[in-house]
Amino acid sequence: MRDALLDRDVYEPEEGEIMEVSMGPHHPSTHGVFRMDVKLEGERVVKLKPVFGYLHRNHEKIAEHGAYLSAIPYTDRLDYLCSMTNNWGYVLAVEKLAGIAVPERAEYLRVIVAELTRFQNHAGLIGFLLQDMGASGTPLMYAFREREKILDLFESLSGARMMCNYMRFGGLRVDATKEWLDEVRALVGRLPQFVDEYEALLRANEILLARTQGTGVLPRELAINTGVTGPMLRASGVNYDIRKVDHYGIYDRFTFKVPLGEHGDVYDRYMMRLLEMRETLKLLEQALHDIPEGPVMDPKVRLRGLRPKAGEAYGRIESPKGELGFFLISDGSGNPYRYRVRPPSMINLTILEDMCVGENIADTVIILGSVDIVLGEVDR
Amino acid sequence: MLGEGIIQGLVETARNFFGSYTEKNRLVTVQYPEERHELPEASRNFPFLLYDGKDPEAGLRCVACQICEKECPPRCIHIEKSKDKKPDFVGKQQAYPAVFDIDVSVCMSCQICVEVCPFDAIRMDKVYELSTDDRFGGLLYTKKELAKPNEYYQKIHPVEAAETDGRRVKEAEEAKAKAAAAEAAAKAKAASAASAAASGPQPVVSDAIAKEKQS
Repeated sequence: MRDALLDRDVYEPEEGEIMEVSMGPHHPSTHGVFRMDVKLEGERVVKLKPVFGYLHRNHEKIAEHGAYLSAIPYTDRLDYLCSMTNNWGYVLAVEKLAGIAVPERAEYLRVIVAELTRFQNHAGLIGFLLQDMGASGTPLMYAFREREKILDLFESLSGARMMCNYMRFGGLRVDATKEWLDEVRALVGRLPQFVDEYEALLRANEILLARTQGTGVLPRELAINTGVTGPMLRASGVNYDIRKVDHYGIYDRFTFKVPLGEHGDVYDRYMMRLLEMRETLKLLEQALHDIPEGPVMDPKVRLRGLRPKAGEAYGRIESPKGELGFFLISDGSGNPYRYRVRPPSMINLTILEDMCVGENIADTVIILGSVDIVLGEVDR
Repeated sequence: MLGEGIIQGLVETARNFFGSYTEKNRLVTVQYPEERHELPEASRNFPFLLYDGKDPEAGLRCVACQICEKECPPRCIHIEKSKDKKPDFVGKQQAYPAVFDIDVSVCMSCQICVEVCPFDAIRMDKVYELSTDDRFGGLLYTKKELAKPNEYYQKIHPVEAAETDGRRVKEAEEAKAKAAAAEAAAKAKAASAASAAASGPQPVVSDAIAKEKQS
């Protein structure tokens, strides 16, 4: 049945009519303004067309018309749950373009804030995913309780909870105080208990297992061919983590494992996030233990009026959602000639139809939830 | 056993429910309008302009250099430079903003204006209850609404303000010392010129007189 349905162009309804349903753009399960044009036969999905662009804000052109510095606060608003990693991707590209070195302490602090971001993103995502499955409220509240503590730390460090605007090419805007690092240490000490609780809450729940196992399978080959990255790719069993393969920043100094899935279904993607949360805590412990004293900003770097030599650079990081890349071309002037974002959310979303066809309409909601999209990044 | 996983999950919710009565980490809700979190020092919302002393017009630190206007990513700052000048805190003649508007409905609270300002004239505020029923005028802050005294800055960002004030006092002292040195140098020069004038032109005059006498 499934194979026949995958051959969509020659599909003929056996009985009854095809119904077309437009899910979104104001559907609560679509995580923002996103629409799915679904063709249904009974409850089964025959065809699904993702429609996005409702949140398009011209991010790339705005960045091309401004100075290199003024693009940083705009990157906060791409994936608005993970502004720290977005900043990092962009400043990494500028650092490559202009050949700027980063002080040691800044590298450690970048790892710390990026891993905290990853933790809160995954906790939040699991909360939303379980909410979509009908575990109404409870997991999301637990996730947001811990997320709030991380956001408080971000606020006392950078001034804002979500739109941090913290990183600069050549380092960081402000240094972390000793008290701040102690607070992070205390929080990281408490978080393993939270992950245990969070896992025990629903991991073995029979209803959840029945709902998620074997749903929305993304085969390994298809995942590689379509350029899917991040936890979604690893849930399909492909060992590809940019922290391991590219060693950007100082990730080669830490020991951590990359969890891998086997089946590539919704359950594997859910477990992938839980396992990554544990690995993130290991990384945080190491970074907090090793962090040296020193400056966080290279004083020679010109933040205002930076004019890199003509050339191009691609900076990529493992954001919580996948490979986040920034491609910059400089023509030697004060603003980038071309600025391009490789958004993991959007590229992971392109595979949605292949995962949903043959499933029930109710399952498209949890399949979409397990992709982990943020519409700010999809539409840019 | 079927249902074991569900029971395991319910144990977790029960622990969280009863735990919320005893553990502070589990009870996090703040009853907002009555209770409020204290904002951390680094917290930022919208920019304001600083002035020294009592008079917002005279003490405004901004010299209308328009760097923040150019660097502001969403371009929410509008500045018009004054025609005349007034002395700043080190006594140098500087222009001042005839018009300084910030549209806070456009501002994205990124703090770049604060970072690029070389005169410590603009800083981030912490106020957050800014709702208004006027969509246009109510959110367009003019110079009058933006100007706030340095004491206010010291209150909301104590550590940062102490650092800024220390630097400004040092700069003012340096400028004063420099001005004093320049004045002393000018005086010495004038004095030497005067003494030169006192001793130098004498023979010329006498020569002239002598010439006159000769004729």
